[in-house]
Amino acid sequence: MNFEFSEEQVMIKDSVARFVRDEYDFDTRRKIIDSEEGINRDFWTMFAELGWLSVPFEEQYGGFGGSVEDLVAVMEELGKGIVVEPYVSTVVIFGGLLSAATNEELKSTYIPKIIDGSCLGSFAFLEPQSRFEIADIATSATVGKDGYAINGTKTVVFNGASADSLIVAARTSGGQFDRDGISLFMVAADAPGVSINSYKTMDGQSASTINFNDVLVTESQLLGTAGQGMEIVDQVMPNILLALSAEALGIMATLNAITVDYTKTRQQFGTPISSFQALQHRMVDTFMACEQTKSLLYRGLCDANKAAVDPSVGTAELLKSVHALKATVAKYGKLIGEEAIQIHGGIGITDELNIGHYVKRLMTINVTFGDADFHQKKFNQLSYSNF
Amino acid sequence: MDINFSAQDLEFRDDVRAFFASEYDAKVAESLSSGQGEDYKEAIVVWQKKLHAKGWIAPGWPKEYGGTGWSVTQKFIYETERGAAGIPDVVPFGLKMVAPVIYTFGSEEQKAKFLPRILSSEDWWCQGYSEPGAGSDLAALSTTAEYAGDNYIVNGRKIWTTFAQFSDWIFCLVRTSKDVRKQQGISFLLIDMNTPGVSVKPIPTIDGKHSLNEVLFEDALVPRENLIGEQDKGWTYAKALLAHERTGMAEVADSKRMLSNLKQRAAAEVNGGQPMLDDPVFQMRLSDIEMQLMALEYTELRVFASMAAGGMPGPESSLLKIKGTEISQSIHELQLQLAAYYGGALQGDLS
Repeated sequence: MNFEFSEEQVMIKDSVARFVRDEYDFDTRRKIIDSEEGINRDFWTMFAELGWLSVPFEEQYGGFGGSVEDLVAVMEELGKGIVVEPYVSTVVIFGGLLSAATNEELKSTYIPKIIDGSCLGSFAFLEPQSRFEIADIATSATVGKDGYAINGTKTVVFNGASADSLIVAARTSGGQFDRDGISLFMVAADAPGVSINSYKTMDGQSASTINFNDVLVTESQLLGTAGQGMEIVDQVMPNILLALSAEALGIMATLNAITVDYTKTRQQFGTPISSFQALQHRMVDTFMACEQTKSLLYRGLCDANKAAVDPSVGTAELLKSVHALKATVAKYGKLIGEEAIQIHGGIGITDELNIGHYVKRLMTINVTFGDADFHQKKFNQLSYSNF
Repeated sequence: MDINFSAQDLEFRDDVRAFFASEYDAKVAESLSSGQGEDYKEAIVVWQKKLHAKGWIAPGWPKEYGGTGWSVTQKFIYETERGAAGIPDVVPFGLKMVAPVIYTFGSEEQKAKFLPRILSSEDWWCQGYSEPGAGSDLAALSTTAEYAGDNYIVNGRKIWTTFAQFSDWIFCLVRTSKDVRKQQGISFLLIDMNTPGVSVKPIPTIDGKHSLNEVLFEDALVPRENLIGEQDKGWTYAKALLAHERTGMAEVADSKRMLSNLKQRAAAEVNGGQPMLDDPVFQMRLSDIEMQLMALEYTELRVFASMAAGGMPGPESSLLKIKGTEISQSIHELQLQLAAYYGGALQGDLS
């Protein structure tokens, strides 16, 4: 039994932590999110040079050959700095989908570009009507003479503005809610018929509404078998949820640390407010919330390792674990965020203090790929149906 | 990261499982189910004697006094299997509370006199700490022991004394010196419950059971040889005991078993033609608990893994007690809710 990160993982964790501490202070981040593009390309190049962009990819494509555990190690530290450069969009999601794809040509073209920092990518899945059910897809890809024509609208495409390439989920057959019939296409962001309208999101990042108007793609741009796109999404989703939860855990731990430190220095009634029992109880609750979240994250990692060895026995447990994890991240993230603001008092609701920015990233993570209720409902279906 | 045990540890787990399966049968379980009364005492003594015969009665003790010599991992596995099998823990007052004080701070005579009879369940012990005026502020206690000749003369009142009605002995904190800092003048005394001047008054509880008592001391004579360590140093010994009391109380395996029973009942309990287990609101209540328990299970494993690696438990070990108790309470509340009208008609456990 072992819950320690390996020596290699500790090395990369330390490297990200050093970057956050030495180069990514709150003012630096503020300047980045106020800038035109909202990300720092020099930092992205640095991430590539430090090898962070290669972590989850197979060695045959120039990757580090890491597991989801390695990815989690990086994400937890990025969370501590609420780093806005599009690691989740490009490496975790876009890269994750590519890794699970079967189209070798796409993989060998795009994965090396992710790793060397020259390709930023995003996954265009969400539609105005679809909430959290990814398979609710109206965007169509209809067969034409040289391939397909994509028509439809995608919303809240994270980091759509800076993405060079998009993986687009479009329907090649079936009805709007069918899981069968969804296909994933690699589409250049500047392809004819693609129009991107971007806006800032509350977590300091950005998202886009993207219209596809007769965007022509060929068979070679399909990530896998036509109509079987959800298989790829399903395969990657546990890793995405684990990585997002790791980022959230980094944020939660940081919020707790900042808040406890603040109570030790803030004086009222001639004494540090950390001596007030009413506040101590709140901080015990947030401490426990953070530890319990960490435990579920580690549970998810252990289950992911088991499922990697034998998917036929491990997958059901892994899904239960990641649904429980994501629901808990949302619930406890809310608790920790609210308590951090409350315990800080008035200063807690100001833009100049960092904690509100951590809380807003937690709120975004909360809705990304399903909120607490969505995941708890999925958990219930897995656990109590056919009992 | 992994939660795998070594092959040797798995073999040990199988041994424990096999022993529990063969010895803790339905008859023993039934006899222990009431949790109170003379029958209960007899039943648990029978069970504890079986554990004693097997050599497993005191995993926490050093081997030289009758402990098992198990590793941290083996102790963890043993406790997990016990909880999973629904077997109650041993009565703690002798085996887990006073015995560590005796073997750590007691004289050779005291060790020889008391430890074997605790191991064999011949002596039952109870704990004389709380008083009407000294609860969480334990050092405010006022029961006095005045030294006269070869005896202490004890006067005062102890309260919330679990199983005093069954006990042969009580271990007490008593005040032997006044006019010093309140933690200083306290001594640790072992008192025979048959001593003239010691009497027990039951305190019935709202569940209709009797496990709590008041114990009164009126000029009770206690021989000096029953003093642990030095006079006025009892607080130090008691603190060591309290630390012992705090470890390993998440009761994850027990809660997992109870939750699994609850699900089976919820599948069988039908409301308007729909099993309660399919009711979306009930499912939310159930999964609120189950997800927390899944987290706590790993928190316990994390604490255990760090202790097995030679570390000391950190603040997350207190979480085990807090969350463990909250989860256990939530499961019981949901059982009561599931019982609906029958919940109000019940005395004692649901069956």
